[in-house]
Amino acid sequence: MDRIYLDHNATTPVDPDVVEAMLPYLRGGFGNASSVHGFGREAKVALEQAREKIATFIYCESAELYFTSGGTESDNMAVLGVASQSKGKRNHLIVGATEHHAVLEPAEHLEHKEGFKLDLLPVDGDGFSFADDLRRLVTDQTALVSVMHANNETGAVQDIAALTAVTRDKGILFHTDAVQSTGKIKVDVRQLGVDLLSLTGHKIYGPKGTGALFIRKGVKLTPLFYGGSHEKKRRPGTENVAGAVGLAKTLEIAGERMDADYRRLQELSDYFIDHVTTAIPDVFLNGPRRNRIPQTTNFSFAGIEGESIVLSLDIEGIACSAGSACTSGATEPSHVLVAMGKPKVRSQGAIRFSMGRSTTKEQLDYVIAKLGLVVQRLRDLSPLYGKQK
Amino acid sequence: MSGGVDSSVTALLLKERGCDVVGAHMKLWDYVDVGGDIHRDGRCCGMDSITDCRFVCDKIDAPFYVLNLSDTFRKKVIEDFVAEYAAGRTPNPCVRCNTEVKWDAFLGKADELDCSHIATGHYAIIDQGEDARWRIRKGVDSTRDQSYVLWGLSQSALSRTLMPLGSLLKSEVREIARKHDLRTAEKAESREICFVADDDYRRFLREYASKHELRFHPGKIIHADGRVLGEHEGTEFYTVGQRKGIGIGHATPLYVQRVDPARGQVIVGDDADLYTNELVAEQVNWVSQTPPAPSATFSCEAKIRYLHQPARAVAKVLDADRLHLVFREKQRAITPGQSVVLYDDHTAIAGGVIAK
Repeated sequence: MDRIYLDHNATTPVDPDVVEAMLPYLRGGFGNASSVHGFGREAKVALEQAREKIATFIYCESAELYFTSGGTESDNMAVLGVASQSKGKRNHLIVGATEHHAVLEPAEHLEHKEGFKLDLLPVDGDGFSFADDLRRLVTDQTALVSVMHANNETGAVQDIAALTAVTRDKGILFHTDAVQSTGKIKVDVRQLGVDLLSLTGHKIYGPKGTGALFIRKGVKLTPLFYGGSHEKKRRPGTENVAGAVGLAKTLEIAGERMDADYRRLQELSDYFIDHVTTAIPDVFLNGPRRNRIPQTTNFSFAGIEGESIVLSLDIEGIACSAGSACTSGATEPSHVLVAMGKPKVRSQGAIRFSMGRSTTKEQLDYVIAKLGLVVQRLRDLSPLYGKQK
Repeated sequence: MSGGVDSSVTALLLKERGCDVVGAHMKLWDYVDVGGDIHRDGRCCGMDSITDCRFVCDKIDAPFYVLNLSDTFRKKVIEDFVAEYAAGRTPNPCVRCNTEVKWDAFLGKADELDCSHIATGHYAIIDQGEDARWRIRKGVDSTRDQSYVLWGLSQSALSRTLMPLGSLLKSEVREIARKHDLRTAEKAESREICFVADDDYRRFLREYASKHELRFHPGKIIHADGRVLGEHEGTEFYTVGQRKGIGIGHATPLYVQRVDPARGQVIVGDDADLYTNELVAEQVNWVSQTPPAPSATFSCEAKIRYLHQPARAVAKVLDADRLHLVFREKQRAITPGQSVVLYDDHTAIAGGVIAK
């Protein structure tokens, strides 16, 4: 068996058609999109066409779509940018308890260094937040609420429309991190009712270093950095035209494949979950079976640590992850699982398998078999297994 | 793998022998916890060291993992380091790390990853004697022999440890690295304590004490003949044999003879007074030889410091964990807290911690 990649939530291979679409802008079409001359104009046209395609994809206007270097930048731009505008007027922020660090950390920074008050919106055992809880937290000092559309560790998809109904018309802005959802399920900013939305390319078979932020018309934002009039001064810097073209292309492809991919991944993941939980004792699925991005499956194996499983599987040529890809080497429990009320011990033993376009049933059968052996070996070594069932 | 040339070449040699090698770097501490200058080159556990390991593993096509052992290291090595100084002893954290952290953690990880052995870049030889007992013997390069720091290892640990560099000279190791174009070939060696980046243990102790609200043992500097010569800020900052930093003008050079934290005293005297010929060793671990019965005596050569020529001595077993050593000739600055290792020619027989 060749190496098996089951970490699509961390990143995805770039679709060959996307590479093809980008190449002209790395070769002859290399112009700086802000240049007045012909080279620049060609690049600018490509950039604006890409912008239009992406805006259409998420049901917003071109004027509301800003190119960034990716999800983390978009998240920072949204959180820090809105907060900066509100400072001195409204000083309360609400952020989901299971948000990615790219939202949590800027929010924590605002709390510790900029005098904002921060509340976390709780989630239930499946990772869902509810309008009633949000209603309880919202005050007349609330400037921004940020809740992710789909969670990177469990795949849980939040009912964002229900949450934005709470904040609308109260002078509160709502941001959603749609990094894991865009391209996999329908993302419609009007239907969601959000004011800001982050998306990225590399989770959906596009290049790394590309992304965008939707900023609804009328929303004021302080830019993260200064240095030019690009993106209406909201995000200066010579545009990554090839990247933008790639991002547009990959979303276009994703749109065409969305329904079929969704069904296929739903089937594969149901198969995987059913077989893993049958073949291996004392396994827990973290996250919901429905209302989730189907490719994501997150398990806790009683008595053993996630990291040990990941390394052992890696040696067998199987790639997956413990917690999210961004935490390096620390045996901290996943804040997402902790927020879902999972005992600390379960949060440290969690593994995420995330499937993609290349995943086959044959691969999954191989993984299930190897996983069984690895878990058995680690449990035989573990002083904890049997004591914490 | 530390990021140095020794562990790099170790990985390479074993790969060439046909072993399935997995490279692992133990992350033992963070600059946030230990302070010191983060820009100093070559410091283990800094990002540069990890990157060097990564490149070497990529070159030899071996998986590479960073194992975070900082919790265990903090509890078993750093806290012990501080406690030993507070108790008036001069600790040897490298020995303690080997005995309490490195081997345990490494072997545990080896089990998890289904590996039969662990390997390190130490200059020492591990083999079995005629009685099948695992032995530690001095490395062939007498200027690099590291058998001294390994005295705490158990038979079961030794049976699963490979040290391919023991039969090589350092110069040969560098040559191998050069030939294979390993970027660590010319890397400078680090001999100091890994978590004291600037080699200033006093700075480390001060910052640690301040962070953890610990107090030192200040008091008087007293001459061995009874005269009170001055004051000091803490017995922790003095070690047996030390000359610098006593800060007292005197006709003849003063050397620290011993420290007494309970009384807050640092006792100083002449160089000649530093020479003694007896010690008691505690926490004794019998390595290459089975533990003799209490009262057994035997001749050996004993090393009381890493940079010390083993000296002829007679050892007497006191009990399962302690022995008494009498040197044929007086030795300079026998220091409580340091390790003493007994040799029979090239074989490290046993080791222990020098008691007060």
